[in-house]
Amino acid sequence: MINLQKIRADFPILARDVHPGKPLVYLDSGATSQKPAAVIESMDSFYRTSNANIHRGIYVLAEEATALYEQARLKIANFIGAPFPREIIFTRNTTESINLVSHAWAKKFLNAGDLILLSEMEHHSNLVPWFMLAKEKGIRIEYIPLTSQGLLDLDKYQQLLQKEPKLVAFTHMSNVLGTINPVKPMVEMAHRAGAMVLVDAAQSVPHFPVNVNFLEADFLAFSAHKMCGPTGIGVLFGREAMLEKMDPFLGGGEMIKKVTYEGFIPNEIPYKFEAGTPAIAEAIGFGAAVDYLSQIGMDSIAEHEKEITRYTLECLSNLKWVQVLGPPIEFKGGVVSFVVEGIHPHDVAQVLDSEGIAIRAGHHCAMPLHQKLGITASSRASFYLYNTKEEVDKLVIGLNKVRQIFA
Amino acid sequence: MDDFYREIIIDHYKSPAHRGQLEHKDYSFEDENPLCGDFIHVDLTLDENQKVKDAVFNGHGCAISLASTDLLLDAIRGKTLDEVKMLTKQDVLGLLGIELSPVRLKCALLPLKVVKAAVYKLTEADDKLVE
Repeated sequence: MINLQKIRADFPILARDVHPGKPLVYLDSGATSQKPAAVIESMDSFYRTSNANIHRGIYVLAEEATALYEQARLKIANFIGAPFPREIIFTRNTTESINLVSHAWAKKFLNAGDLILLSEMEHHSNLVPWFMLAKEKGIRIEYIPLTSQGLLDLDKYQQLLQKEPKLVAFTHMSNVLGTINPVKPMVEMAHRAGAMVLVDAAQSVPHFPVNVNFLEADFLAFSAHKMCGPTGIGVLFGREAMLEKMDPFLGGGEMIKKVTYEGFIPNEIPYKFEAGTPAIAEAIGFGAAVDYLSQIGMDSIAEHEKEITRYTLECLSNLKWVQVLGPPIEFKGGVVSFVVEGIHPHDVAQVLDSEGIAIRAGHHCAMPLHQKLGITASSRASFYLYNTKEEVDKLVIGLNKVRQIFA
Repeated sequence: MDDFYREIIIDHYKSPAHRGQLEHKDYSFEDENPLCGDFIHVDLTLDENQKVKDAVFNGHGCAISLASTDLLLDAIRGKTLDEVKMLTKQDVLGLLGIELSPVRLKCALLPLKVVKAAVYKLTEADDKLVE
């Protein structure tokens, strides 16, 4: 069990009112999480006391900054069970991590006619980079279909693997349906078929324990800002042996070992993929976020979110005019998307906002999935460690108000 | 909020006066806002003085886009094509009588975009039409 009162006090923003007398009810952590004071202060303290560019500097500040940056990398490696810190590449976010794999791995190792397997529940960030690559290199794309329950159809997946895809890329947890996919067996199946696996872990690493060594995925991508950290920094985890073989991503400073007028020799991993001055303060903030989450415990956070999600599903099931998307609770993380009968999600969100309640309305960067579900848009409440049942009650009261205005 | 969904908006959303389709039309256009799935189709006819005689719509969307459509079609009746072409974002906001965030502004301006694309006989609507 977590100490909810103490946790809420850790997040300064939760103390604010959105409108007079309407305190913030933040139900959009799937888009970005709020930040605890420890994270904000770690970045503030870096800028106040240790700010310098990292690596190569021969003075105290530069050495301190470098040590803090590399400590953050180590903390994140430990957090996801990566064997070596050099398997943690800092990027801007999950999207950039996936683009990195597309540019530095797929462009080098895939050829015209090769197949990439995606799923029907992907976020645009795990679709568009592959569309771009497919167009450039003549690569084929197929999709692991959804079952009527909103799970991935593993029988169909097995059949698709017989087509010998070179890469299988799918989300650990759907940002719309909340579906948690069985990564471990899916990776095993892909590996048996000779495919590499990329896991979009943007919605999983923040919310429950994820161990890359256990999952055995080849690549795993996530963002700091969805897990109490700052925006502008994310991670690509990759296996050392594969990272060594890959081409660099962006060119510039830091990613080189040596440059002449004739050319360059790339740096060691992970620096080979980290061109230019990175987001140093953000990396340090990311490290602080990981410390914060570890101290509370990812198991406890997952358990709390499960309870809030179960309660939400229970409450919404009493509203006959609300249709919840996605699978039942046992397959689901802390994301509840829904459609209010006859009322556009924008109108739902606008009325809720007047009550201080922040939800997301739209296609949540998953337009093909919405098309598949036969809807143009949906409303989404997504939870994190700081959400309470009282906030869910406010959501339900707000939805009743929506109904009262428009029905 | 009670300022936001003013009675006039709710009325035009729930009971639009100009929902329909015309068999014989002089101008017609449809477009969507892919971000939220709002879709508006508009048909217009002109009278002997080249003024808008009939203006109807069908489609689906949020309260803001649909109320804005109904209010706009109300407003353009009796106007010349040149007058319709002169309509601006401010005119639509004036009809709705509320302040809108950038996201909701797109909802409100979709009908103006569609109407202007129709009277200009465009094949594709552009956001520049309503800037």
